[in-house]
Amino acid sequence: MSNETQLPEIGAVALVRYFWRQLTSMRTALILLLLLALAAIPGSLIPQNAQNPMAVSEYFEKHRTLAIWFERFSLFDVYSSPWFSAIYILLFISLIGCVLPRSFEHFQASRALPPKTPKNLARMEHFQSWPANANELELARAWLKAKRFRVLESEDSISAEKGYLRETGNLLFHISLILILVGVLIGGLFGVRGSAILTQGERFVNNSTSYDTISFGQVTSENSLPPFTIKVDKFVAKYNTLTSAPEDYTLYVTTVAEPGATPKQQVVKVNSPLTFGSTRVYLQANGYSPIVTVQDKVGNVTFQGPVPFLPQDGNLRSIGSIKVPDGDPQLGFVSTFLPTYARGSDKSAISVFPEVLDPRLLFSIWQGDLGLDTGIPQSVYRIDTSNMKQIALDSLKPGEFLKFSEGTISFEEVRPWVNLQIVSDPGKSYSLIGGIVAILGLLASLFTRRRRIWIRVTDGEVQVAGLAKNGAPGLEIEMSEFVTKLKGI
Amino acid sequence: MSSQDWAYLSNYAIYSAMALFTLAFLGHAFETAWAVRTPTAASETEGNLLKKTFDSSRTQKAMRIATSMMILGFIFLFVGVLTRGISAGRVPWGNMYEFSITGALAFTGAYLAALRKYDLRWLGVLVSISALLTLGTAITLLYVPSAPLVPALKSPWLVIHVSTAIISGGVFLLANVISAAYLYLDNMESKGPRKVWANRLPSLEVLDQLSYRLVAFVFPLWTFSVIAGAIWAESAWGRYWGWDPKETWAFITWVAYAAYLHARVTVGWRGRRAAWLCLLAGSTFLFNYVYVNVWGTGKHTYSGL
Repeated sequence: MSNETQLPEIGAVALVRYFWRQLTSMRTALILLLLLALAAIPGSLIPQNAQNPMAVSEYFEKHRTLAIWFERFSLFDVYSSPWFSAIYILLFISLIGCVLPRSFEHFQASRALPPKTPKNLARMEHFQSWPANANELELARAWLKAKRFRVLESEDSISAEKGYLRETGNLLFHISLILILVGVLIGGLFGVRGSAILTQGERFVNNSTSYDTISFGQVTSENSLPPFTIKVDKFVAKYNTLTSAPEDYTLYVTTVAEPGATPKQQVVKVNSPLTFGSTRVYLQANGYSPIVTVQDKVGNVTFQGPVPFLPQDGNLRSIGSIKVPDGDPQLGFVSTFLPTYARGSDKSAISVFPEVLDPRLLFSIWQGDLGLDTGIPQSVYRIDTSNMKQIALDSLKPGEFLKFSEGTISFEEVRPWVNLQIVSDPGKSYSLIGGIVAILGLLASLFTRRRRIWIRVTDGEVQVAGLAKNGAPGLEIEMSEFVTKLKGI
Repeated sequence: MSSQDWAYLSNYAIYSAMALFTLAFLGHAFETAWAVRTPTAASETEGNLLKKTFDSSRTQKAMRIATSMMILGFIFLFVGVLTRGISAGRVPWGNMYEFSITGALAFTGAYLAALRKYDLRWLGVLVSISALLTLGTAITLLYVPSAPLVPALKSPWLVIHVSTAIISGGVFLLANVISAAYLYLDNMESKGPRKVWANRLPSLEVLDQLSYRLVAFVFPLWTFSVIAGAIWAESAWGRYWGWDPKETWAFITWVAYAAYLHARVTVGWRGRRAAWLCLLAGSTFLFNYVYVNVWGTGKHTYSGL
């Protein structure tokens, strides 16, 4: 018909086999490894939604066009992005495709005996020969067995091999990496993670409405939350008097593991969380909650309670807002709390120490529409004053109150708040086991030398030789020990 | 003595160590330069070529003095690190300044320990200048007053996680120095015979093997350090891995060295390509140390800067 060269036909199966081979080849694995390292970089340079959503929205404000492009390529969510996932999924498929057949081979090889002694030992490395006495073979057998070599004996020779642990360790290491990933997946599927701010004296009941934020794994739901309660009895923070740096945080709580159980007094620290089964409760952050009461003109209480304020600096100057929507007109108090009040060099009010030594609540009172009905989510720490007007400005110490045109505000006292992070990660023990086995496997594979030693006694002559795989050093020392033993020196 | 006095003592000891490392550097520089002998025309009559020779016999004394200075410097540095720890009442690696001085101690200590077994004095110039630069940077740019730890750092894991990270970092950097030396000498040899002063350096094969050995030796320790960090993060921050910038770069370093080991063991890379890969992996560690500590954000912001 035509004189085109006939290409061999490639069937679908052959094609799949071809890609499978390519994928599981060492070269591909190496490229994928380097690609994974490369792909992880942008996530450390660009703010990430998972770690710091505030920084991401800030980035959107500052570099609008760039941010839109970043968003398109999931650069604000690098570690859950399709391209990052693609790389590590391919890498793990490649890993499994490489490790499974090798494990099978190794399992068979580890039960097999070493290959026969080569015919011509004189060609091998570390060759030595000397006139035989009589019992060299027995001596050699005893020495090799004592050194835990695996031996294959024939009439006139012994072939011995040692160091299978190298490949065992190597395979264990790679399998345990898969176990770590399984642990991560289980955590993602069955885990729960949330946080709640509690002012000293408040009680936390573990159901989803108590949380400020909560995210469930793909196959978990509200019903999976264990029914414990935590009452925050007291929070004590110690600070360095020179640098204001925190030195110790201690949280005293009373916990009830499940309804009806006896209450327990416990202590939580930054490095020692509370544990309820697979759920742990961590002390993450702290600040101050001024307790205020707002009354209207006729004396009805329109607001009362603690308001958590957000710390702004190392001396815990904190900002917050008191919103009173149940009045006509609505009231808002844009506030700053200073635990130890002082005047800065520019006459502005500052805090000079993070403990409550000379507290002040500074605020401006706004009247109008708080904008709570617009449906746009609002920060609890800030007030949108665009539809409000300022009617007063003052500062109070605890126990003081201020009468203003629309009512009274009294600053009763201040209490610390703590942010508790409540985490259930049923996958972490798998990852931990994976991590430990990975190290053990790595040690075994990097520090085990695989080598063979042969001895043959024929025609009144002893011949010995050795072979170190992967060019591992140290065989010459072992060979000389072996020879010394045989010669009986 | 008060904590303040201990801190002052520490600073004096560090300054003294820097002076001694400077002397060690000068001594090593002198003995390398002076050992190269340019014969006078009168004594070398063979042809018109004046061949330079390397003769370290006449600089033995300078070499010994340099090594003594190095040992003295190490002792002063040890005192400096120890008194810093006493002053703060804890392990001396709570911020970047302390991490640097302890790292310099581990680095010079490793060199001196190896010196008992191998004649590594050809590395003396590099070791002394590196220690000097590290200490200089630490005391001028990174210095922070001695202070107790913030609550998040109060954990036995501080000792385990950070010390293994320091040791791993020190050995990675040593492997990097050796790989760089490999590339430099390889380049020199490709143009002709080695320059005379370079004759005292080991052969390319030895350098190639040495950097691999160092990495293979310390890679499990680095893996351990990362895992110890993950265990600590679980108890302090409620998650064992969170792609914090420091964690991300530790991961990148781990992956890069894993690739290096695979390239050598499985694919059989040697020489130039392996050396470049080693340098690449080592620079990710340096980047983590410098960039993430100083300009980075995230939870590992303990540099005190």
